[in-house]
Amino acid sequence: MSDTSKFKLSEAKPDLSPKRLQKRYRAETRFRLYGITAIVFAIGVLGILLGSIISSGTSAFIQTEIALDINFDANIVDPEGTRTKESFLEGNYRKLWRDSLFTLFPEVKGRKQKRALSKLISRGADLTLREKVLNDPSIIGTTKRIWVKSSADIDSLNKGKISRSTIESDRRVKNHQIAWFDKLIDENRERLAFNSSLFTAGDSREPEQAGIGGAVVGSFLTLIVTLLLSFPIGVMAAVYLESFAPKNRWTDIIEVNINNLAAVPSIVFGLLGLAVFLNFFGMPRSAPIVGGTVLALMTLPTVIIAGRAALKAVPPSIQEAALAMGASRLQAVSHHVLPLAMPGILTGTIIGMARALGETAPLLMIGMVAFIVDIPRGLSDPSTVLPVQIYLWADAPERAFVEKTSAAIMVLLLFLILMNLAAVILRKKFEKRW
Amino acid sequence: MSPLILIAFLLVFLVLTYQFGRFHILRKAGLQKKKPHSLPGYYGTYIALFCGIPSLCIFGLWIGLEPHIVEFLLLNEIPSDLKSLPPGELNLLLNEIKNIAQKSEYVSNANPVLISAAERYNDLHKISMIALAILITALCVGILAFAFNKIQLDLKARPIVEKCIQFILVIASIIAIITTIGIVLSLLFESIRFFNIVSPFEFLFGITWSPQTALRDDQVGASGTFGAIPIFAGTLLITLIAMVVSVPVGLLSATYMAEYASPKVRAVVKPLLEILAGIPTVVYGFFAALTIGPAFRGFGEQIGIGIASESALVAGLVMGVMIIPFVSSLSDDVINAVPQSLRDGAYALGATKSETVRQVVLPAALHGIVGAVLLAISRAIGETMIVVMAAGLAANLTANPFEAVTTVTVQIVTLLVGDQEFDSAKTLAAFALGLVLFLVTLALNILALIAVRRYREEYE
Repeated sequence: MSDTSKFKLSEAKPDLSPKRLQKRYRAETRFRLYGITAIVFAIGVLGILLGSIISSGTSAFIQTEIALDINFDANIVDPEGTRTKESFLEGNYRKLWRDSLFTLFPEVKGRKQKRALSKLISRGADLTLREKVLNDPSIIGTTKRIWVKSSADIDSLNKGKISRSTIESDRRVKNHQIAWFDKLIDENRERLAFNSSLFTAGDSREPEQAGIGGAVVGSFLTLIVTLLLSFPIGVMAAVYLESFAPKNRWTDIIEVNINNLAAVPSIVFGLLGLAVFLNFFGMPRSAPIVGGTVLALMTLPTVIIAGRAALKAVPPSIQEAALAMGASRLQAVSHHVLPLAMPGILTGTIIGMARALGETAPLLMIGMVAFIVDIPRGLSDPSTVLPVQIYLWADAPERAFVEKTSAAIMVLLLFLILMNLAAVILRKKFEKRW
Repeated sequence: MSPLILIAFLLVFLVLTYQFGRFHILRKAGLQKKKPHSLPGYYGTYIALFCGIPSLCIFGLWIGLEPHIVEFLLLNEIPSDLKSLPPGELNLLLNEIKNIAQKSEYVSNANPVLISAAERYNDLHKISMIALAILITALCVGILAFAFNKIQLDLKARPIVEKCIQFILVIASIIAIITTIGIVLSLLFESIRFFNIVSPFEFLFGITWSPQTALRDDQVGASGTFGAIPIFAGTLLITLIAMVVSVPVGLLSATYMAEYASPKVRAVVKPLLEILAGIPTVVYGFFAALTIGPAFRGFGEQIGIGIASESALVAGLVMGVMIIPFVSSLSDDVINAVPQSLRDGAYALGATKSETVRQVVLPAALHGIVGAVLLAISRAIGETMIVVMAAGLAANLTANPFEAVTTVTVQIVTLLVGDQEFDSAKTLAAFALGLVLFLVTLALNILALIAVRRYREEYE
C-alpha cells in the first residue's frame, strides 16, 4: 500500500469528482439531443414538403361542373345540313352554351354583363359539346342537360381557394359573378366531379383544361429511349470492366472517368445535347429521342457502377467452376455470372431510371420546355415531360395552376415511389447473399 | 417507311439469319457425320454479326446524314428569289417547310410555293428511305452469299464470335470516355468562340453582368457586359448557405444513426432520409418558390427585415435540405468504416459515447467526411432547378442572404431557353459558364476522390 503511494503520477490528475462526471454526462445527453434534432429537422421538412403539396394538390383531382340545358339546334350544330363530321366540326358550339346560359339569367343585359356571365363557364365547353355531337348525332334537335366545366376562377371560388371575404377589387371573381354562381348552386346546377381530363388532356393556357396526359406520354417515350440505350450499353461496359479488362492504365482511366461522369452536374449533359445532338447532328428540338439520349448518357455511369457492384458480389468460385468445366470466359460470364448478377443490375437500372424520370435541367437545354398542346405520338414529335410540365406550370401566373402543379407533382412522386418499390422488391426477392 | 419500321425489319431479318446459320451447320454435320468445331448457335451468331454490323453502321450513317442531304437538294430546287435569302431566314423557311411536310392537313392556307416544297421534301424523304431499305437488303443478301460458303464444319466460329463480342464490349465501355470528350470539346469549342468576342479577363474578373446584346447596332446601353464575378459570388453564397444547413444536420444525423440509434429506429429513419434524396429537384424548387419563399417574406415583414421572396436564403435553405441525405449517407458509410477497435480503446479509457465520437471516431473519419463535404459542394454548385425556380435572375453582387442573387446554372438556363441565335455572345456565354461549372465540379470531385481514397488506405 505504501509502495504504490510513492509512485508519482503525472501532475494532471484526472478529475473524478461527481461534479465533472455530471458535466460529462450532460454533454453526452446534449450530443444525443443534437443528433435527434438533426433527424427531426430533416424529417420535419420532408413532412412539411409532402404535406403542403398534398394539401394544395388533392383539390385538382376534382373539378366544378355546371349543368346547362343545351338545345342542340340543327342549324347551329350542322351549318351545312349534311350531317357529316366535316359539317359538325364547323358548328358554332359556343353559341349553344351561351344561349343556354343567357336564358337562365334573363335579367343579364348588355355586352359587358354577358361577357362576365359567360366567364363562369370554361372555354373548353365548346369541345365538350362538339364531342357529344360527334359521338351521338341523334341528339341534334333535342334539348339535353349537359354538365360542362366551370372556368378556373369559379372552380377556385367553389373550392374555397378564392375567399369571398376579400375586397372585390382584389378578387378575380366579382360580386355579381358570385351571385350568379350562387343561383346556379341553388338550382342544383353545380357539382364537383372527378377531373378525368387532368390525366388525358395535353397542356393548355386555361388551367381547367390543362392536363398531364401529354407530359406523361412524353416522359414514357423519353424513358423508353433512355432504357434502351443505357441498359444494354451499361451492362456490356460493366461486364467488360469487371470480367475482361486487363488491370492497366487504360482501364484505370475508364474507371476514374466513369466515377467523375456520375458526379457531373446534369445541366452539363444538357449543354452537350444542345451542342452535339441539336447543333452538330441537326436532330429535332424538343423530341423524346434527343431527351432520352441525353438522359441515357447521364444514367449510364449509374448503371455501370451498379452493374459492376452486382457482378463483383457473385463469388468467383462460380466463374471458376464454369471455367473448370471447359466453358470459355465469355460463356462463363454470360451463362453463369451475369444471370446471378441480374437482379442487382436491374435494381440499379430502375433507380437510375427513377432519377432520369425526375430530371429537368438537361431537358430544358434541348428545348423540351416548349408549350405543347398535342399529345406526342412518336419519338421525334415535339413533347415535354412530367417534371418540365411541373416547372412550366409552377411559372404560370394563373393562381389555379398551383393546384395543378401540386397534382402533377403527386403523380410524379407516385411513379417514383412505384419504381423504387419495384427496385426494393426485386432486391428482397432475388438478391442472393453468399 | 419510317426508320423504326426499317430497324424492326432488320432485327427480324437478323434473327432469321441466326436460325439459318444454325440449321445450315446442323444439316452439314448430319450429312458429313462429323461434329462441327463450335456449338451450332455460334455459327448462327457468326452469320448474324456478319450481316448486322455493316448494315447497322450504314443505317446509322444514313440517318445521320440524310436530313442534311435532303435539305441541300431541296434548297437547290426552290425558286431563286427565295434562295438568295440570308442564311438565318433560309433556316426559318426550311423549318416552315418541314412543319408543313409533317402535318399537311392542318396548314391549308400556307404559301403554295412552300406547300410544293413540302411535298417535294416528303418525296425526297420517301425516296431516301426506300433507297436505304434496298441498299441494306442488297448488302445483307451479298454478305449472306459470301458467308454461306464460309460456314464449314471446321470453321472456328466460337473464337471469332467471342472476339467480336469482346470488341463490342470494349466499345460499350469507351462510350463513357467519348461522353466526357464530347462534353469537354463542345464546351471548349463554344467557349473559344465566346472568348473571341469577350476577353477571358473581362469574363473572369468583371463585376457587371448584363448579357442583353443589342438587336440593332444603334441601340443604346444594350451592348452586353459579361463580367461573371456577381454570378460566381451568388453561386458561392447560395452554396455556403446550403452547406451551413446540410453539413451539420447531415453529419449529426449520420453519427446518431451510426452510434446511438437502435436497429428499429435506423430501419425507419434511413428510408425516410432516402426519400428526401429521391424527390426530384423540380419539386424542391416548387416548394421553395411557393411555400418557403412567401413564408420567409411574411416572417421578415413581421420582424422588420426586408427578405426578398427570391432571396438567397430560401434557395440555399431548400438546397441544403436536398443535400442532407447525400451528406448523411456518405458520412454514415465513412463512420461505419472506422474500426471498432478504436472505439473499444476509447471506451476502455473511460470515455463516454459522445467523447468517443467527437475525439476518436470523427477525427479518424475526417478524410472521408471531407470527401463527402466536397462532393456535396459540387452537388450544390451544379444544382439547377431549385435555383432556377427560387433564386433571382438579375446579377447582384452582394453578401446579404436576404437579397436575391443569381447563380451560374440559373444564367445558363435563362440564356439558353427560348429563342436563340447561335452566334451571339449571349448564347455562347452560357457555354463559357458551363465550362467553368464543369471544371470546378470536376476539380471538387477529384479532390473528393483523393480524400476518400486516402481514407480507405488508412483503414481498409
